[in-house]
Amino acid sequence: MSGRRSLFLPAMLALGYLFLYGPIVSLIVYSFNASRLVTVWAGFSTRWYGELLQNAAIGDAAWTSLRIAVISASAALVLGTLAGFVLNRYTRFRGRGFFAWLLSVPLVLPEVIMGLSLLLLFVDLESWVGWPAGRGLLTIVIAHAALGTAYVAVVVQARLHSFDRSLEEAALDLGARPWKVFAVITLPLIAPALAAGWLLAFTLSLDDLVLASFTSGPGATTLPMWIFSSVRLGVNPQANALATIMVAVVTLAAVLAGRLLTGPRARAQES
Amino acid sequence: MSARGRGGHWGRRGLIGIPYLWLVLFTLLPLAIVLKISFAESRLAIPPYGPLFETGDGGLRLGATLESYARLLSDSLYIRAYLSSIRYALAATLISLLLGYPMAYAIARAPKAWRVALLMLVILPFWTSFLLRVYAWIGLLKGNGLVNNVLIALGVVSEPLPLLNNSFSVVLGLVYGYLPFMVLPLYATLERLDPALLEAAADLGCRPWRAFLRVTLPLSLPGIVAGSLLVFIPAIGEFVIPELLGGPGTLMVGKVLWDEFFNNHDWPVASAVAVAMLLLLALPMATMRRFLREEAR
Repeated sequence: MSGRRSLFLPAMLALGYLFLYGPIVSLIVYSFNASRLVTVWAGFSTRWYGELLQNAAIGDAAWTSLRIAVISASAALVLGTLAGFVLNRYTRFRGRGFFAWLLSVPLVLPEVIMGLSLLLLFVDLESWVGWPAGRGLLTIVIAHAALGTAYVAVVVQARLHSFDRSLEEAALDLGARPWKVFAVITLPLIAPALAAGWLLAFTLSLDDLVLASFTSGPGATTLPMWIFSSVRLGVNPQANALATIMVAVVTLAAVLAGRLLTGPRARAQES
Repeated sequence: MSARGRGGHWGRRGLIGIPYLWLVLFTLLPLAIVLKISFAESRLAIPPYGPLFETGDGGLRLGATLESYARLLSDSLYIRAYLSSIRYALAATLISLLLGYPMAYAIARAPKAWRVALLMLVILPFWTSFLLRVYAWIGLLKGNGLVNNVLIALGVVSEPLPLLNNSFSVVLGLVYGYLPFMVLPLYATLERLDPALLEAAADLGCRPWRAFLRVTLPLSLPGIVAGSLLVFIPAIGEFVIPELLGGPGTLMVGKVLWDEFFNNHDWPVASAVAVAMLLLLALPMATMRRFLREEAR
Protein backbone atom coordinates (compact mmCIF):
# COMPACT_ATOMS: atom_id res chain seq x y z
CA MET A 1 0.00 0.00 0.00
CA SER A 2 1.30 3.44 -0.82
CA GLY A 3 2.14 5.74 2.06
CA ARG A 4 0.15 8.46 0.35
CA ARG A 5 -3.22 6.95 1.08
CA SER A 6 -2.36 6.06 4.61
CA LEU A 7 -1.84 9.78 5.19
CA PHE A 8 -4.81 10.88 3.11
CA LEU A 9 -7.43 9.09 5.19
CA PRO A 10 -6.38 10.31 8.65
CA ALA A 11 -6.00 13.80 7.21
CA MET A 12 -9.55 13.76 5.86
CA LEU A 13 -10.81 12.40 9.17
CA ALA A 14 -9.04 15.17 11.07
CA LEU A 15 -10.42 17.74 8.65
CA GLY A 16 -13.92 16.34 9.16
CA TYR A 17 -13.66 16.53 12.94
CA LEU A 18 -12.22 20.04 12.73
CA PHE A 19 -15.20 21.02 10.61
CA LEU A 20 -17.68 19.42 13.03
CA TYR A 21 -16.11 20.68 16.24
CA GLY A 22 -14.48 24.00 15.25
CA PRO A 23 -17.73 25.98 15.46
CA ILE A 24 -18.62 24.41 18.81
CA VAL A 25 -15.19 25.21 20.23
CA SER A 26 -15.51 28.80 18.99
CA LEU A 27 -18.86 29.13 20.79
CA ILE A 28 -17.24 27.96 24.01
CA VAL A 29 -14.21 30.23 23.71
CA TYR A 30 -16.26 33.34 22.94
CA SER A 31 -18.70 32.63 25.75
CA PHE A 32 -15.86 33.70 28.09
CA ASN A 33 -15.19 36.90 26.15
CA ALA A 34 -15.77 40.13 28.05
CA SER A 35 -16.78 42.01 24.90
CA ARG A 36 -20.33 42.03 23.62
CA LEU A 37 -18.89 41.99 20.09
CA VAL A 38 -18.36 38.22 20.39
CA THR A 39 -15.48 38.02 17.87
CA VAL A 40 -13.32 40.79 19.36
CA TRP A 41 -11.41 39.35 22.30
CA ALA A 42 -11.51 41.71 25.28
CA GLY A 43 -10.33 39.46 28.08
CA PHE A 44 -11.71 36.57 30.10
CA SER A 45 -15.04 37.05 31.78
CA THR A 46 -17.92 34.99 33.10
CA ARG A 47 -20.24 37.96 32.78
CA TRP A 48 -22.56 36.30 30.22
CA TYR A 49 -23.08 33.29 32.47
CA GLY A 50 -24.20 35.61 35.23
CA GLU A 51 -26.62 37.39 32.91
CA LEU A 52 -27.84 34.07 31.55
CA LEU A 53 -28.60 32.70 35.00
CA GLN A 54 -30.44 35.87 35.95
CA ASN A 55 -32.52 35.84 32.77
CA ALA A 56 -35.90 34.58 33.94
CA ALA A 57 -37.19 34.18 30.36
CA ILE A 58 -34.52 31.57 29.60
CA GLY A 59 -35.23 29.71 32.81
CA ASP A 60 -38.94 29.58 31.95
CA ALA A 61 -38.23 28.48 28.40
CA ALA A 62 -35.84 25.76 29.58
CA TRP A 63 -38.38 24.47 32.07
CA THR A 64 -41.13 24.47 29.41
CA SER A 65 -38.85 22.58 27.01
CA LEU A 66 -37.89 20.04 29.61
CA ARG A 67 -41.49 19.31 30.56
CA ILE A 68 -42.54 18.99 26.92
CA ALA A 69 -39.58 16.71 26.17
CA VAL A 70 -40.22 14.36 29.11
CA ILE A 71 -43.96 14.04 28.45
CA SER A 72 -43.72 13.73 24.66
CA ALA A 73 -40.83 11.25 24.82
CA SER A 74 -42.78 9.09 27.25
CA ALA A 75 -45.87 9.17 25.04
CA ALA A 76 -43.71 8.40 22.01
CA LEU A 77 -42.12 5.51 23.89
CA VAL A 78 -45.49 3.87 24.56
CA LEU A 79 -46.92 4.49 21.09
CA GLY A 80 -43.71 3.73 19.23
CA THR A 81 -43.14 0.50 21.15
CA LEU A 82 -46.72 -0.57 20.42
CA ALA A 83 -46.31 0.29 16.74
CA GLY A 84 -42.95 -1.46 16.45
CA PHE A 85 -44.36 -4.48 18.25
CA VAL A 86 -47.42 -4.65 16.02
CA LEU A 87 -45.28 -4.54 12.87
CA ASN A 88 -42.89 -7.17 14.18
CA ARG A 89 -45.41 -9.61 15.61
CA TYR A 90 -48.50 -9.25 13.45
CA THR A 91 -47.32 -9.97 9.96
CA ARG A 92 -50.83 -10.28 8.55
CA PHE A 93 -53.61 -7.83 9.22
CA ARG A 94 -55.68 -5.63 6.98
CA GLY A 95 -53.95 -2.32 6.25
CA ARG A 96 -50.54 -3.45 7.51
CA GLY A 97 -48.70 -1.96 4.53
CA PHE A 98 -50.48 1.35 5.02
CA PHE A 99 -49.68 1.23 8.74
CA ALA A 100 -45.98 0.76 7.99
CA TRP A 101 -46.12 3.57 5.43
CA LEU A 102 -47.79 5.99 7.87
CA LEU A 103 -45.28 5.13 10.56
CA SER A 104 -42.35 6.06 8.31
CA VAL A 105 -43.85 9.35 7.11
CA PRO A 106 -42.57 11.51 10.02
CA LEU A 107 -39.03 10.20 9.39
CA VAL A 108 -38.87 11.73 5.93
CA LEU A 109 -41.39 14.56 6.06
CA PRO A 110 -39.78 18.04 6.07
CA GLU A 111 -40.27 19.69 9.45
CA VAL A 112 -41.99 22.76 8.02
CA ILE A 113 -44.66 20.57 6.39
CA MET A 114 -45.19 18.51 9.52
CA GLY A 115 -45.44 21.66 11.63
CA LEU A 116 -47.87 23.34 9.26
CA SER A 117 -50.02 20.21 8.90
CA LEU A 118 -50.32 19.67 12.65
CA LEU A 119 -51.21 23.29 13.28
CA LEU A 120 -53.93 23.16 10.61
CA LEU A 121 -55.21 19.95 12.23
CA PHE A 122 -55.38 21.58 15.66
CA VAL A 123 -57.22 24.60 14.26
CA ASP A 124 -59.72 22.40 12.41
CA LEU A 125 -60.19 20.06 15.37
CA GLU A 126 -60.89 23.00 17.63
CA SER A 127 -63.61 24.27 15.33
CA TRP A 128 -65.14 20.79 14.90
CA VAL A 129 -65.03 19.34 18.39
CA GLY A 130 -63.69 22.17 20.56
CA TRP A 131 -60.51 20.28 21.37
CA PRO A 132 -57.68 21.15 21.80
CA ALA A 133 -58.84 24.49 23.18
CA GLY A 134 -56.22 26.91 22.00
CA ARG A 135 -52.58 26.08 21.43
CA GLY A 136 -49.73 25.76 23.86
CA LEU A 137 -47.96 23.10 25.82
CA LEU A 138 -50.38 20.30 24.92
CA THR A 139 -50.26 20.86 21.17
CA ILE A 140 -46.44 20.96 21.19
CA VAL A 141 -46.41 17.74 23.20
CA ILE A 142 -48.67 16.05 20.63
CA ALA A 143 -46.53 17.28 17.74
CA HIS A 144 -43.33 16.05 19.36
CA ALA A 145 -44.92 12.74 20.31
CA ALA A 146 -46.01 12.28 16.68
CA LEU A 147 -42.41 12.75 15.56
CA GLY A 148 -40.87 10.70 18.37
CA THR A 149 -43.21 7.73 17.86
CA ALA A 150 -41.75 7.08 14.41
CA TYR A 151 -38.18 7.09 15.73
CA VAL A 152 -38.96 4.91 18.74
CA ALA A 153 -40.69 2.43 16.42
CA VAL A 154 -37.55 2.19 14.25
CA VAL A 155 -35.32 1.49 17.27
CA VAL A 156 -37.76 -1.02 18.80
CA GLN A 157 -38.31 -2.80 15.49
CA ALA A 158 -34.57 -3.16 14.97
CA ARG A 159 -34.25 -4.71 18.42
CA LEU A 160 -37.21 -7.06 17.97
CA HIS A 161 -35.82 -8.11 14.60
CA SER A 162 -32.73 -9.62 16.21
CA PHE A 163 -34.75 -10.99 19.11
CA ASP A 164 -34.66 -14.63 20.13
CA ARG A 165 -38.26 -15.75 20.61
CA SER A 166 -37.41 -19.07 22.22
CA LEU A 167 -37.47 -17.62 25.76
CA GLU A 168 -40.95 -16.22 25.22
CA GLU A 169 -42.14 -19.49 23.75
CA ALA A 170 -40.69 -21.43 26.67
CA ALA A 171 -42.53 -19.23 29.13
CA LEU A 172 -45.77 -19.61 27.20
CA ASP A 173 -45.32 -23.38 27.08
CA LEU A 174 -44.85 -23.37 30.82
CA GLY A 175 -48.22 -21.70 31.15
CA ALA A 176 -47.38 -18.04 31.65
CA ARG A 177 -50.00 -15.61 30.41
CA PRO A 178 -49.05 -13.45 27.40
CA TRP A 179 -49.07 -10.21 29.41
CA LYS A 180 -46.86 -11.75 32.05
CA VAL A 181 -44.46 -13.02 29.37
CA PHE A 182 -44.31 -9.51 27.97
CA ALA A 183 -43.67 -7.91 31.35
CA VAL A 184 -41.20 -10.47 32.71
CA ILE A 185 -39.31 -11.58 29.61
CA THR A 186 -39.82 -9.37 26.57
CA LEU A 187 -39.69 -6.00 28.30
CA PRO A 188 -36.40 -6.55 30.17
CA LEU A 189 -34.81 -7.94 26.99
CA ILE A 190 -35.73 -4.93 24.88
CA ALA A 191 -35.15 -2.42 27.70
CA PRO A 192 -31.91 -1.00 26.20
CA ALA A 193 -33.73 -0.28 22.94
CA LEU A 194 -36.56 1.36 24.87
CA ALA A 195 -34.07 3.55 26.74
CA ALA A 196 -32.36 4.50 23.48
CA GLY A 197 -35.72 5.26 21.85
CA TRP A 198 -36.89 7.41 24.73
CA LEU A 199 -33.61 9.32 24.75
CA LEU A 200 -33.83 9.89 21.01
CA ALA A 201 -37.41 11.20 21.28
CA PHE A 202 -36.40 13.35 24.26
CA THR A 203 -33.51 14.91 22.35
CA LEU A 204 -35.58 15.49 19.21
CA SER A 205 -38.15 17.30 21.31
CA LEU A 206 -35.61 19.34 23.23
CA ASP A 207 -33.92 20.44 20.00
CA ASP A 208 -36.98 21.16 17.88
CA LEU A 209 -37.69 24.69 16.73
CA VAL A 210 -39.95 24.27 13.71
CA LEU A 211 -42.74 22.00 15.05
CA ALA A 212 -42.88 23.99 18.28
CA SER A 213 -43.07 27.34 16.48
CA PHE A 214 -46.01 26.17 14.37
CA THR A 215 -47.97 24.44 17.12
CA SER A 216 -47.22 26.78 20.01
CA GLY A 217 -49.54 29.44 21.29
CA PRO A 218 -49.09 32.50 23.48
CA GLY A 219 -47.39 31.66 26.74
CA ALA A 220 -45.58 28.55 25.57
CA THR A 221 -42.05 29.45 24.54
CA THR A 222 -39.57 26.61 24.33
CA LEU A 223 -35.82 26.98 24.71
CA PRO A 224 -35.12 26.66 20.93
CA MET A 225 -37.78 29.32 20.32
CA TRP A 226 -36.03 31.63 22.77
CA ILE A 227 -32.62 30.93 21.22
CA PHE A 228 -34.00 31.51 17.74
CA SER A 229 -35.54 34.86 18.54
CA SER A 230 -32.35 35.98 20.25
CA VAL A 231 -29.90 34.98 17.52
CA ARG A 232 -31.82 35.64 14.30
CA LEU A 233 -30.83 39.29 14.54
CA GLY A 234 -27.14 38.54 15.03
CA VAL A 235 -24.78 37.39 17.73
CA ASN A 236 -25.78 37.25 21.36
CA PRO A 237 -23.16 36.35 24.00
CA GLN A 238 -25.79 34.79 26.25
CA ALA A 239 -26.50 32.24 23.53
CA ASN A 240 -22.79 31.35 23.58
CA ALA A 241 -22.90 30.82 27.34
CA LEU A 242 -26.01 28.67 26.96
CA ALA A 243 -24.31 26.61 24.24
CA THR A 244 -21.31 26.01 26.50
CA ILE A 245 -23.52 24.76 29.31
CA MET A 246 -25.35 22.44 26.89
CA VAL A 247 -22.07 21.06 25.52
CA ALA A 248 -20.85 20.41 29.05
CA VAL A 249 -24.04 18.56 29.97
CA VAL A 250 -24.03 16.51 26.76
CA THR A 251 -20.35 15.59 27.07
CA LEU A 252 -20.89 14.48 30.64
CA ALA A 253 -23.91 12.40 29.63
CA ALA A 254 -21.99 10.87 26.71
CA VAL A 255 -19.08 9.89 28.95
CA LEU A 256 -21.48 8.34 31.45
CA ALA A 257 -23.39 6.50 28.72
CA GLY A 258 -20.09 5.29 27.25
CA ARG A 259 -19.10 3.95 30.67
CA LEU A 260 -22.44 2.15 30.95
CA LEU A 261 -22.36 0.73 27.43
CA THR A 262 -18.79 -0.51 27.64
CA GLY A 263 -19.20 -1.58 31.26
CA PRO A 264 -18.44 -5.13 32.43
CA ARG A 265 -21.91 -6.39 31.54
CA ALA A 266 -21.85 -5.11 27.96
CA ARG A 267 -18.35 -6.51 27.50
CA ALA A 268 -19.49 -9.88 28.78
CA GLN A 269 -22.37 -9.83 26.29
CA GLU A 270 -20.07 -9.06 23.41
CA SER A 271 -17.73 -11.95 23.99
CA MET B 1 -48.29 -22.00 19.64
CA SER B 2 -51.92 -22.23 20.69
CA ALA B 3 -51.07 -20.49 23.92
CA ARG B 4 -50.25 -17.33 22.04
CA GLY B 5 -53.83 -17.11 20.85
CA ARG B 6 -54.87 -16.64 24.46
CA GLY B 7 -54.18 -12.91 24.15
CA GLY B 8 -57.57 -12.91 22.52
CA HIS B 9 -59.08 -11.28 19.52
CA TRP B 10 -59.84 -8.06 21.33
CA GLY B 11 -56.38 -7.74 22.81
CA ARG B 12 -54.89 -8.01 19.35
CA ARG B 13 -57.36 -5.48 17.96
CA GLY B 14 -56.50 -3.05 20.69
CA LEU B 15 -52.77 -3.50 20.17
CA ILE B 16 -53.10 -2.73 16.48
CA GLY B 17 -55.85 -0.17 16.86
CA ILE B 18 -54.20 2.22 19.31
CA PRO B 19 -51.09 3.07 17.27
CA TYR B 20 -53.13 2.92 14.05
CA LEU B 21 -55.62 5.45 15.34
CA TRP B 22 -52.78 7.69 16.54
CA LEU B 23 -51.09 7.60 13.13
CA VAL B 24 -54.30 8.30 11.24
CA LEU B 25 -55.16 11.18 13.57
CA PHE B 26 -51.75 12.85 13.80
CA THR B 27 -50.02 11.93 10.56
CA LEU B 28 -52.58 11.19 7.85
CA LEU B 29 -55.34 13.61 8.81
CA PRO B 30 -53.00 16.64 9.08
CA LEU B 31 -51.66 16.00 5.57
CA ALA B 32 -55.20 15.65 4.23
CA ILE B 33 -56.07 19.00 5.81
CA VAL B 34 -53.03 20.63 4.19
CA LEU B 35 -54.29 19.37 0.84
CA LYS B 36 -57.79 20.67 1.63
CA ILE B 37 -56.62 24.13 2.65
CA SER B 38 -54.37 24.45 -0.39
CA PHE B 39 -57.62 24.58 -2.41
CA ALA B 40 -59.31 27.06 -0.06
CA GLU B 41 -59.76 30.78 -0.55
CA SER B 42 -57.50 33.13 1.36
CA ARG B 43 -59.52 35.39 3.65
CA LEU B 44 -58.97 38.09 6.20
CA ALA B 45 -60.51 36.10 9.00
CA ILE B 46 -59.68 33.70 11.79
CA PRO B 47 -58.77 31.16 10.56
CA PRO B 48 -57.65 32.98 7.39
CA TYR B 49 -59.25 30.70 4.82
CA GLY B 50 -62.71 29.94 3.50
CA PRO B 51 -64.59 26.62 3.45
CA LEU B 52 -64.49 24.43 0.34
CA PHE B 53 -68.27 24.20 0.33
CA GLU B 54 -70.63 26.86 1.60
CA THR B 55 -74.34 26.79 2.08
CA GLY B 56 -75.74 30.27 1.53
CA ASP B 57 -78.85 31.86 -0.02
CA GLY B 58 -78.02 30.40 -3.43
CA GLY B 59 -77.76 26.86 -2.10
CA LEU B 60 -74.47 25.02 -2.10
CA ARG B 61 -71.56 27.13 -3.28
CA LEU B 62 -68.22 25.68 -4.26
CA GLY B 63 -65.50 27.56 -2.41
CA ALA B 64 -62.63 25.50 -3.76
CA THR B 65 -60.17 27.35 -5.92
CA LEU B 66 -56.87 26.83 -7.67
CA GLU B 67 -55.84 30.40 -6.82
CA SER B 68 -52.97 29.38 -4.54
CA TYR B 69 -51.48 27.07 -7.14
CA ALA B 70 -51.90 29.74 -9.80
CA ARG B 71 -49.86 32.08 -7.60
CA LEU B 72 -47.15 29.48 -7.21
CA LEU B 73 -46.83 29.33 -10.98
CA SER B 74 -47.26 33.01 -11.79
CA ASP B 75 -45.03 34.58 -9.14
CA SER B 76 -41.45 33.71 -10.08
CA LEU B 77 -40.44 33.83 -6.39
CA TYR B 78 -41.79 30.33 -5.78
CA ILE B 79 -40.23 28.72 -8.84
CA ARG B 80 -36.89 30.35 -8.08
CA ALA B 81 -37.14 29.12 -4.49
CA TYR B 82 -37.78 25.56 -5.70
CA LEU B 83 -34.92 25.58 -8.15
CA SER B 84 -32.43 27.06 -5.72
CA SER B 85 -33.54 24.62 -2.99
CA ILE B 86 -32.73 21.77 -5.36
CA ARG B 87 -29.38 23.36 -6.30
CA TYR B 88 -28.36 23.95 -2.69
CA ALA B 89 -29.48 20.49 -1.60
CA LEU B 90 -27.62 18.82 -4.48
CA ALA B 91 -24.45 20.82 -3.81
CA ALA B 92 -24.65 19.99 -0.09
CA THR B 93 -25.20 16.28 -0.87
CA LEU B 94 -22.23 16.13 -3.22
CA ILE B 95 -19.86 17.96 -0.87
CA SER B 96 -21.04 15.83 2.08
CA LEU B 97 -20.31 12.73 0.02
CA LEU B 98 -16.83 13.92 -0.93
CA LEU B 99 -16.01 14.75 2.68
CA GLY B 100 -18.01 11.98 4.33
CA TYR B 101 -16.79 9.06 2.23
CA PRO B 102 -13.10 9.31 3.24
CA MET B 103 -14.20 9.88 6.84
CA ALA B 104 -16.39 6.78 6.85
CA TYR B 105 -13.67 4.80 5.09
CA ALA B 106 -11.04 5.90 7.59
CA ILE B 107 -13.27 4.94 10.53
CA ALA B 108 -14.15 1.56 8.98
CA ARG B 109 -10.44 0.81 8.46
CA ALA B 110 -9.37 2.06 11.90
CA PRO B 111 -8.36 -0.45 14.59
CA LYS B 112 -11.49 -2.09 15.93
CA ALA B 113 -11.07 -0.68 19.42
CA TRP B 114 -11.17 2.88 18.05
CA ARG B 115 -14.16 2.60 15.76
CA VAL B 116 -16.89 3.11 18.35
CA ALA B 117 -15.15 6.18 19.74
CA LEU B 118 -14.49 7.66 16.30
CA LEU B 119 -18.11 7.08 15.30
CA MET B 120 -19.27 8.55 18.60
CA LEU B 121 -17.35 11.71 17.71
CA VAL B 122 -19.35 12.00 14.48
CA ILE B 123 -22.67 11.59 16.29
CA LEU B 124 -21.91 13.66 19.38
CA PRO B 125 -22.58 17.11 17.83
CA PHE B 126 -26.17 15.93 17.23
CA TRP B 127 -26.83 16.00 20.91
CA THR B 128 -26.12 19.68 21.19
CA SER B 129 -28.55 22.25 19.90
CA PHE B 130 -28.75 22.30 16.10
CA LEU B 131 -29.75 25.97 16.27
CA LEU B 132 -26.71 26.93 18.32
CA ARG B 133 -24.34 24.98 16.09
CA VAL B 134 -25.67 26.80 13.03
CA TYR B 135 -25.54 30.08 14.93
CA ALA B 136 -21.85 29.47 15.66
CA TRP B 137 -21.10 29.95 11.97
CA ILE B 138 -22.39 33.53 12.09
CA GLY B 139 -19.56 34.43 14.45
CA LEU B 140 -17.05 32.58 12.29
CA LEU B 141 -18.11 33.84 8.87
CA LYS B 142 -19.16 37.44 9.34
CA GLY B 143 -17.10 40.36 8.02
CA ASN B 144 -15.05 40.77 11.21
CA GLY B 145 -15.45 37.11 12.13
CA LEU B 146 -12.78 34.59 13.00
CA VAL B 147 -12.24 33.18 9.49
CA ASN B 148 -11.79 36.60 7.93
CA ASN B 149 -9.56 37.78 10.78
CA VAL B 150 -7.30 34.75 10.32
CA LEU B 151 -7.19 35.15 6.54
CA ILE B 152 -6.27 38.84 6.87
CA ALA B 153 -3.68 38.16 9.58
CA LEU B 154 -2.08 35.53 7.33
CA GLY B 155 -2.07 38.00 4.45
CA VAL B 156 -4.17 35.71 2.23
CA VAL B 157 -6.65 38.50 1.61
CA SER B 158 -6.51 42.23 2.34
CA GLU B 159 -10.26 42.84 2.52
CA PRO B 160 -12.74 40.67 4.43
CA LEU B 161 -14.36 38.11 2.12
CA PRO B 162 -18.16 38.08 1.87
CA LEU B 163 -18.67 34.69 3.52
CA LEU B 164 -22.03 35.17 5.23
CA ASN B 165 -25.62 35.58 3.99
CA ASN B 166 -24.93 34.12 0.55
CA SER B 167 -25.02 30.78 -1.29
CA PHE B 168 -21.65 29.83 0.16
CA SER B 169 -22.77 30.09 3.76
CA VAL B 170 -26.06 28.29 3.07
CA VAL B 171 -24.38 25.30 1.40
CA LEU B 172 -21.71 25.24 4.09
CA GLY B 173 -24.43 25.24 6.76
CA LEU B 174 -26.27 22.39 5.04
CA VAL B 175 -23.09 20.29 4.81
CA TYR B 176 -22.29 21.06 8.42
CA GLY B 177 -25.77 20.17 9.64
CA TYR B 178 -26.16 16.93 7.71
CA LEU B 179 -22.64 15.49 7.29
CA PRO B 180 -23.17 12.91 10.08
CA PHE B 181 -26.21 11.56 8.17
CA MET B 182 -23.84 10.84 5.28
CA VAL B 183 -21.07 9.28 7.35
CA LEU B 184 -23.24 6.82 9.31
CA PRO B 185 -24.77 4.77 6.45
CA LEU B 186 -21.48 4.89 4.53
CA TYR B 187 -19.69 3.53 7.55
CA ALA B 188 -22.30 0.80 7.93
CA THR B 189 -21.70 -0.51 4.39
CA LEU B 190 -17.92 0.00 4.40
CA GLU B 191 -17.52 -1.76 7.71
CA ARG B 192 -19.29 -4.86 6.39
CA LEU B 193 -17.06 -4.96 3.36
CA ASP B 194 -14.83 -8.03 3.40
CA PRO B 195 -11.16 -6.98 3.20
CA ALA B 196 -10.43 -10.33 1.53
CA LEU B 197 -12.07 -8.96 -1.62
CA LEU B 198 -9.50 -6.16 -1.82
CA GLU B 199 -6.69 -8.58 -1.08
CA ALA B 200 -7.92 -10.83 -3.87
CA ALA B 201 -8.00 -7.86 -6.24
CA ALA B 202 -4.47 -6.89 -5.20
CA ASP B 203 -3.22 -10.47 -5.60
CA LEU B 204 -4.64 -10.51 -9.09
CA GLY B 205 -2.56 -7.43 -9.89
CA CYS B 206 -5.21 -4.77 -9.45
CA ARG B 207 -3.84 -1.37 -8.42
CA PRO B 208 -5.31 0.17 -5.24
CA TRP B 209 -7.21 2.92 -7.01
CA ARG B 210 -8.62 0.51 -9.55
CA ALA B 211 -9.59 -1.91 -6.80
CA PHE B 212 -11.34 0.96 -5.04
CA LEU B 213 -13.28 1.90 -8.17
CA ARG B 214 -14.16 -1.66 -9.18
CA VAL B 215 -14.71 -3.28 -5.77
CA THR B 216 -15.17 -0.87 -2.86
CA LEU B 217 -17.20 1.81 -4.61
CA PRO B 218 -19.82 -0.49 -6.18
CA LEU B 219 -20.20 -2.46 -2.95
CA SER B 220 -20.72 0.72 -0.94
CA LEU B 221 -23.39 2.00 -3.33
CA PRO B 222 -26.27 1.28 -0.90
CA GLY B 223 -24.51 3.47 1.68
CA ILE B 224 -23.95 6.21 -0.88
CA VAL B 225 -27.63 6.20 -1.88
CA ALA B 226 -28.89 6.10 1.71
CA GLY B 227 -26.50 8.83 2.86
CA SER B 228 -27.31 11.05 -0.11
CA LEU B 229 -31.04 10.75 0.52
CA LEU B 230 -30.57 11.42 4.23
CA VAL B 231 -28.81 14.67 3.34
CA PHE B 232 -30.88 15.69 0.32
CA ILE B 233 -34.38 15.25 1.78
CA PRO B 234 -34.01 17.36 4.93
CA ALA B 235 -31.85 19.88 3.08
CA ILE B 236 -34.67 20.61 0.63
CA GLY B 237 -37.10 21.62 3.36
CA GLU B 238 -34.55 23.22 5.68
CA PHE B 239 -35.61 26.43 7.40
CA VAL B 240 -33.10 27.26 10.14
CA ILE B 241 -30.02 27.32 7.90
CA PRO B 242 -31.31 29.68 5.18
CA GLU B 243 -32.89 31.83 7.90
CA LEU B 244 -29.71 32.25 9.95
CA LEU B 245 -26.95 31.92 7.35
CA GLY B 246 -28.76 32.97 4.18
CA GLY B 247 -29.43 36.43 2.81
CA PRO B 248 -31.94 38.16 0.57
CA GLY B 249 -30.53 36.30 -2.44
CA THR B 250 -30.73 32.80 -1.04
CA LEU B 251 -34.28 31.58 -1.46
CA MET B 252 -35.24 28.20 -0.10
CA VAL B 253 -38.65 26.65 -0.21
CA GLY B 254 -38.81 25.81 3.52
CA LYS B 255 -38.21 29.45 4.37
CA VAL B 256 -40.77 30.58 1.78
CA LEU B 257 -43.38 28.34 3.41
CA TRP B 258 -42.49 29.73 6.85
CA ASP B 259 -42.75 33.33 5.63
CA GLU B 260 -46.08 32.73 3.88
CA PHE B 261 -47.45 31.32 7.09
CA PHE B 262 -45.95 33.54 9.79
CA ASN B 263 -45.47 36.83 7.94
CA ASN B 264 -48.13 36.91 5.21
CA HIS B 265 -50.67 34.80 7.14
CA ASP B 266 -51.62 33.22 3.84
CA TRP B 267 -52.46 29.68 4.93
CA PRO B 268 -53.75 28.46 1.55
CA VAL B 269 -50.54 29.50 -0.23
CA ALA B 270 -48.41 28.02 2.57
CA SER B 271 -50.37 24.78 2.14
CA ALA B 272 -49.93 24.86 -1.64
CA VAL B 273 -46.17 25.33 -1.14
CA ALA B 274 -46.22 22.30 1.16
CA VAL B 275 -48.10 20.18 -1.39
CA ALA B 276 -45.70 21.22 -4.15
CA MET B 277 -42.73 20.43 -1.90
CA LEU B 278 -44.19 16.98 -1.24
CA LEU B 279 -44.51 16.36 -4.98
CA LEU B 280 -40.88 17.39 -5.41
CA LEU B 281 -39.81 15.04 -2.62
CA ALA B 282 -42.14 12.15 -3.49
CA LEU B 283 -39.56 10.19 -5.45
CA PRO B 284 -36.63 10.60 -3.03
CA MET B 285 -38.93 9.92 -0.05
CA ALA B 286 -40.33 6.75 -1.64
CA THR B 287 -36.78 5.57 -2.34
CA MET B 288 -35.81 6.34 1.23
CA ARG B 289 -38.73 4.39 2.65
CA ARG B 290 -37.85 1.39 0.50
CA PHE B 291 -34.36 1.61 1.93
CA LEU B 292 -35.61 1.80 5.50
CA ARG B 293 -37.75 -1.26 4.91
CA GLU B 294 -34.90 -3.23 3.43
CA GLU B 295 -32.62 -2.21 6.28
CA ALA B 296 -35.22 -3.31 8.79
CA ARG B 297 -35.48 -6.71 7.14
